[in-house]
Amino acid sequence: MEVRFRVHRYDPEEDATARYQVYTVDVDGDMTVLDCLNQIKWYQDGTVTFRRSCRSAICGSCGMLINGRNRLACNTRVADLEAAEVSVGPLPGFPILRDLVVDWDPFFAKDAAMKPYLINDTPPPDKERRQSPEEYSKIDNATLCIMCGCCSSSCPVVWNNGQYYGPAALTKAYRFIFDSRDTATRERIDMAGSEEGTWRCHTIFNCTTDCPKGVLNTQNIQALKRKVMLEKLGFTGTKLVFNVDPIYKEGEAQHEHEAGGIATRA
Amino acid sequence: MITHDVIVVGSGLAGMRAAVEIRRKAPQADIALITKVYPTRSHSGAAQGGIAAALGNIRYDANGVPVAAPEDQPGDDWLTHMYDTVKGADFIGDQDAQEILAREAVPTIYELEHMGVPFSRMPDGRIAQRPFGGHTNPRACYAADRTGHALLHTLYGELVRYNVKVYPEWYMLSVVIEDNSCRGVTALDIRTGEVHAVNAKATMFGTGGYGRAFKITSNAFSSTGDGITAAYRAGIPLEDMEFVQFHPTGLFSHGILLSEGARGEGGYLLNGLNERFMSRYAPGRMELAPRDVVSRSIYSELEAGRGAGPNGEYVLLDLRHLGKQKLDERLPQITELARDYLGIDPVTEPVPIQPTAHYSMGGIPTDADGRVVRGENEIVQGFFAAGECACASVHGANRLGTNSLLEATVYGRRTGQTIANFLHLESQGVGAAIPAMPSQALKQAEDELRELLSRTGREIAADIRKELQATMFQNAGVFRTPEKLEAELGIIEDLRERFALISLDDKGRRYNTELIETLELAHLLEFSECIVAGALARQESRGAHARRDFPKRDDTHWMKHTLAYREADGRARLDYKPVRYGPDGPRFQPEERKY
Repeated sequence: MEVRFRVHRYDPEEDATARYQVYTVDVDGDMTVLDCLNQIKWYQDGTVTFRRSCRSAICGSCGMLINGRNRLACNTRVADLEAAEVSVGPLPGFPILRDLVVDWDPFFAKDAAMKPYLINDTPPPDKERRQSPEEYSKIDNATLCIMCGCCSSSCPVVWNNGQYYGPAALTKAYRFIFDSRDTATRERIDMAGSEEGTWRCHTIFNCTTDCPKGVLNTQNIQALKRKVMLEKLGFTGTKLVFNVDPIYKEGEAQHEHEAGGIATRA
Repeated sequence: MITHDVIVVGSGLAGMRAAVEIRRKAPQADIALITKVYPTRSHSGAAQGGIAAALGNIRYDANGVPVAAPEDQPGDDWLTHMYDTVKGADFIGDQDAQEILAREAVPTIYELEHMGVPFSRMPDGRIAQRPFGGHTNPRACYAADRTGHALLHTLYGELVRYNVKVYPEWYMLSVVIEDNSCRGVTALDIRTGEVHAVNAKATMFGTGGYGRAFKITSNAFSSTGDGITAAYRAGIPLEDMEFVQFHPTGLFSHGILLSEGARGEGGYLLNGLNERFMSRYAPGRMELAPRDVVSRSIYSELEAGRGAGPNGEYVLLDLRHLGKQKLDERLPQITELARDYLGIDPVTEPVPIQPTAHYSMGGIPTDADGRVVRGENEIVQGFFAAGECACASVHGANRLGTNSLLEATVYGRRTGQTIANFLHLESQGVGAAIPAMPSQALKQAEDELRELLSRTGREIAADIRKELQATMFQNAGVFRTPEKLEAELGIIEDLRERFALISLDDKGRRYNTELIETLELAHLLEFSECIVAGALARQESRGAHARRDFPKRDDTHWMKHTLAYREADGRARLDYKPVRYGPDGPRFQPEERKY
């Protein structure tokens, strides 16, 4: 099957404006968008520039805008797009270095601001710190993140406000704040709950919809909002139960959050 | 000129773990890390099933079922882990290094846990462990089936915690060694296209493996053995390159890894007749025999006409009996990979698999402390290596599953300690002069790039790469014959001549990924010769190296490591060195390897 690929071309030092160049690829059954980009690069035009590495959806290199949605090129089968033409562009809202390659530095700087490492103010035991499966289950989903940028780049707030930490960094804050082994909740909340943190989230849900790994970013941010609020009000350690939590759909009970001893129930 | 006390090349587990250790042990040292990707993109992240350590949290009960071990009666010990590693390596590993691997595994895992690795847990909160191929006890600690990813992201966090300077998307072009002392590297800043000399007292490689020489591989596009070839070009011999691990369960036609953890959790391998064919080859361990054994068994089934599928080209990994809940909880990633790439749901259908080039046992020779050596044990001053690019040799002729993440972290840490001690020497201390970078090094690297970009031949790099990968898989794969290996040597020579006649579409310097791919291809063409020449010379079958004409191991003649030296004309010359043991000699004597 012949498929037309419209590929974003742009070299900021040469081009006044971006353009789309069309290539045609003969696509067979299982070929992915990345396979096709490689065919273009290797046999049609070596100047087409994009990132890729593991081609098994774990390294996070090949996030791009494919037919209007942020996806990984490597695990998107062309056949599944059900389109005769495939449009491929860089992740929206990020500075473009060349063609499909964006500048990651601001993204990783936001991640670093969340202190993406475990902090525990007691000395470690001789063996492992214990963590029950229930405690682990609170961070299981958040640890799926591969930092591909598909979430932050799909967020209209990020597009509009480059200072907003965005869903990837906030999910990272969530991952440590809700880790039973971590004691630096307050420090992280100072960042996550700041003016450019959780409160900028308008619950648009693009970040959850577009995450190629199924990370529940929007939900994580709402859990952080509750955590921030309760921490600021000094309600740490008090057991309260919310009756209604409109964020959660049925069947997501496993992603129930506990905020400093305060459980939220769907 | 850029100068640092230490330059680490590579941002996988070994490089990052070393960088963190140097920060801890020599806090004043000025250390930086060069990587051709961003750290979280490194291929360590693709490791799935687990990381071995004899924590003994889980043991087998009388019926061979993994159960929780009482806390005061650990179900495992490091010596058994060492024995399994020695036997898995088919007795050609260096036992001093293997002992360190097994002994330091336990503290290394606890330390990683304290760093925050999100390990899967037992009901009582201890780290969960599961069975793995070739291991006597269930000792694979895991984070579902994304263990490498969990470790990689944790170590990245440690880089941030310790504020280690990173040069992301810098491509190392050469390592500079003069008077047997390493002076640093030259590197291309991919973003700007500028070439830099990076001068350092200590240079460490954690640059990964060489699976990309093969058509069907689990390896990332980035696993092109850059560091290995750079060392080779600088006069360091390459050790045991012929030992290449083929992982039994690559996703058919893609080669993408489906974790051995799938079999650790109880998955079956079935042939076209629906038989659990491993009963023919390893009745004692069945699907959990080591990878070399299982991969040969799969090939034997295919050759006997018992393959599955319309053309009998694959066998099947059957996980249906594990049930949806267990798959979702323990093996979610591979379930998704099968769905995404083959449209097959492992909950209801067996998954087509084939052996896939997975791990490089060979590489840059080091001693048991991560120092690069040439000859039998001549230390190269200021040059260190760890992880898959290095050959200590802990894996010998065949690595056991879960020992690679372990090697990367144990030896990353240990090599970091060695470097910290090296910096504490009077002559290397903070403030001491950095041995000079030869002035021609930068010019030479720059000239080579210019020459490559100026080529105007008609050959297409992609054609050369495709032919190399296809023929290497065909001729230097799981089973080897002298005829095929000799043919492959000729093919490589021919491809190298064609490589001189390529031209690039992209002649620019900024973010030229075509240039990077071409430099990587030059690496593949260079070290592939070492794989094939080593395999042709080694007239025995040992571990992952299986010769049709010499089906038995031959300890009398071949209990020795291959060393491939690069001659002035660019060809490999082979030499050998003895297997190393600890001060008290071998802990384990060679025996017949049966499972």
